[in-house]
Amino acid sequence: METIILFAPLVGALICGFGWKIIGETAAMWVSTGLLFLSALLSWVVFLTFDGVTEQIQILRWIESGSLSTDWAIRLDRLTAIMLIVITTVSSLVHLYSFGYMDHDPQWKEGETYKPRFFAYLSFFTFAMLMLVTADNLVQMFFGWEGVGVASYLLIGFYYRKPSANAAAIKAFVVNRVGDFGFALGIFALFFLTDSIRFDDIFAAVPEIAETQLSFLWTEWNAANLIAMLLFIGAMGKSAQLLLHTWLPDAMEGPTPVSALIHAATMVTAGVFLVCRMSPLMEYAPAATGFIVFIGATTAFFAATVGLVQTDIKRVIAYSTCSQLGYMFVAAGVGMYSAAMFHLFTHAFFKAMLFLGAGSVIHAMHHEQDMTNYGGLRKKIPYTFAAMMVGTLAITGVGIPLTHIGFAGFLSKDAIIESAFAGGTSYAFWLLVAAAAMTSFYSWRLMFLTFYGTPRGDKHTHEHAHESPLTMLIPLGVLSLGAIFAGMVWFNSFFGHTDKVAKFYGIPYAEAGEHGSTAEAHGEASSGTSSDAGHAAESADAGHAAASTADAGHGDAKTEEDHEAAEGEHHYVFTGAPGEGALHMSPENTVLDDAHNVPKWVKVSPFVAMLSGLILALWFYIWNPSLPARLAENQRPLYLFLKNKWYFDELYDVIFVQPAKGMGRLLWKRGDGDVIDGSLNGVAMGIIPFFTRLAGRAQSGYIFTYAFAMVIGIAVLVTWMTMSGGAN
Amino acid sequence: MVGLEHYLTVAATLFVIGIFGLFLNRKNVIILLMSIELMLLAVNINLVAFSSFLGDLVGQVFTLFVLTVAAAEAAIGLAILVCFFRNRGTIAVEDVNVMKG
Repeated sequence: METIILFAPLVGALICGFGWKIIGETAAMWVSTGLLFLSALLSWVVFLTFDGVTEQIQILRWIESGSLSTDWAIRLDRLTAIMLIVITTVSSLVHLYSFGYMDHDPQWKEGETYKPRFFAYLSFFTFAMLMLVTADNLVQMFFGWEGVGVASYLLIGFYYRKPSANAAAIKAFVVNRVGDFGFALGIFALFFLTDSIRFDDIFAAVPEIAETQLSFLWTEWNAANLIAMLLFIGAMGKSAQLLLHTWLPDAMEGPTPVSALIHAATMVTAGVFLVCRMSPLMEYAPAATGFIVFIGATTAFFAATVGLVQTDIKRVIAYSTCSQLGYMFVAAGVGMYSAAMFHLFTHAFFKAMLFLGAGSVIHAMHHEQDMTNYGGLRKKIPYTFAAMMVGTLAITGVGIPLTHIGFAGFLSKDAIIESAFAGGTSYAFWLLVAAAAMTSFYSWRLMFLTFYGTPRGDKHTHEHAHESPLTMLIPLGVLSLGAIFAGMVWFNSFFGHTDKVAKFYGIPYAEAGEHGSTAEAHGEASSGTSSDAGHAAESADAGHAAASTADAGHGDAKTEEDHEAAEGEHHYVFTGAPGEGALHMSPENTVLDDAHNVPKWVKVSPFVAMLSGLILALWFYIWNPSLPARLAENQRPLYLFLKNKWYFDELYDVIFVQPAKGMGRLLWKRGDGDVIDGSLNGVAMGIIPFFTRLAGRAQSGYIFTYAFAMVIGIAVLVTWMTMSGGAN
Repeated sequence: MVGLEHYLTVAATLFVIGIFGLFLNRKNVIILLMSIELMLLAVNINLVAFSSFLGDLVGQVFTLFVLTVAAAEAAIGLAILVCFFRNRGTIAVEDVNVMKG
């Protein structure tokens, strides 16, 4: 079943991309979409029936070289299962949505075929992304990692007649290479230290790695910290974190479904997934996780500030994505991988929906993307409005404080903010709260500018604004269900009590007081089974069994207590060794419990931030619409600073792009033109003819001259052989 | 008593005569062919002499092969020569320099 999930998109991409001339354009599109829906359906089956025990499904033996032995295998654990449903669900809905959105694209003339290509790219992307998340080893993951990079490049540059789209595609590709270099170095280092790239082997060796010193860049590093850093650099590139984020806003040049699928829901979260996947390593790398928290919090704050002043509807959402990814990294950095995955999960729904909603607005407004030309669209496109409203409520985190009732973003974002506080980093906490306020402000600003107020811009466009076709509205509806309920339904699994989370992820756990004895029992159990089969999954299974006995022992006490009342008591701790279960949290990692026990004001703070953002947005764009312009006039430097995205692009242009261009010009004019072409010309037109003339003169044409030369040659040869002792 | 060295001396002498015949001759292509023949015979003498000296018949068998090849070569050479004469009306070596660079 997992194999079908993985390969259905690939088959779809191949049939759609190469077979559309045979089976027809519409049929090709339906084939790829149908296969994606099949994949999505099976993913949900896998997710809902998954029991938390890691499985490995071998597909083929892949690379055998020296001590490197790589299988192509599917690693199915909770992390993979979560990613499977996120990817396939969003992807299948985006496929469906594209039927409406990509119809009659103004970039192409009548009669030109572009839709099968688009669908094939989408399906190919889905396959690569599934490769990434189902990987059982780092090389396989890297394959998927680069595969999504290629798909992203192809799709950003899908409007290949627009120079800006091509430039954006190249930018995305090049910036990602910077991160990938770090990722590749991390893989090399892991292989160097453990002689394996399989996750099981690496995780088992993590405690050892943490004791090792590694020399890199003329400095001695702790190996765990160094590798975690390198892997995180890869994650920064893919997930558009600060310093490597510049490609994401430009990537909005691609068609909107692409932005929803790749640049909001799936590919950009690959970095978060990587950090969570490498959680056993991260647990042993305190310096690196500190850096992750710093970068994540700074990105969340930075992107939110830039989002405040952007006017392109897609760019606002792009910066919002960047900011939300920062949240996820903070959660992963403080050791709450499950909270990071929670936000990833809910974010995929509401952000994909916001993008698709924005696409619907753009579609209605004839590919006008500037929000200053919108306004008053509430009545014209009511369904899109409703969907965008749900998305906005979800992203801003609307819910009832101190309970677990609210939109998806409310639960997951609060979980992260509480974790950040519990993780002891007030820097991250305050930046995240500030970012939450700004998130609320720019999200509502988007809503107010688009759907409220008076129509601005081209009158003709406004008159012809129309609701999108059903193929675009159905995905919006399905995703809004996710945006409303995903948080509430799975809150306990992702961010409930330790035992719930542990069971969800298949991590062994024990009661806090009896940590030692349970660990002993667990050790016995695993040694018992490992005699039958020394397989990692077996021992994880044993750990699970031991854990559930511990659970049964204390089941009575737990059921008696009220859920709310149980909060604040230190009940269970994670006991798994690295590599057991989908995530690893060391027994010392009590952030989950601490996060449940944070003071009330911390729990309420994101809600307050959300409200203040909303009120500010109301004030700016409903009650007093002339205020923003005046503020921008008063605070001109600040406004320009934000408007120009903190001048990152300009800075990079000066530091990297111009020197690179200069060097390129130097190598081209001087190196290529003068040295290489010059020397080639010199040899071909000067030196060779000279020798040709010389050799020509030696050719008398008389046979006796040649014979004489031959004899002289033989005489010389024989003499030389005799003198030098011949072959001896 | 005629020893090995006598045979070798004769062979070497014939060989050198053949060589000089090759490149001192400017007039006649037939002389070239004769010189080549002479050199081959010199080699044959060497082979037979060593064969007899070492008591190994292989050398003499080899000589027979060389003789056969030499006969074929002479036939081809003369045929080329006839064709050449028909085309050019001369067989003077000095006039053959179409290979001049």
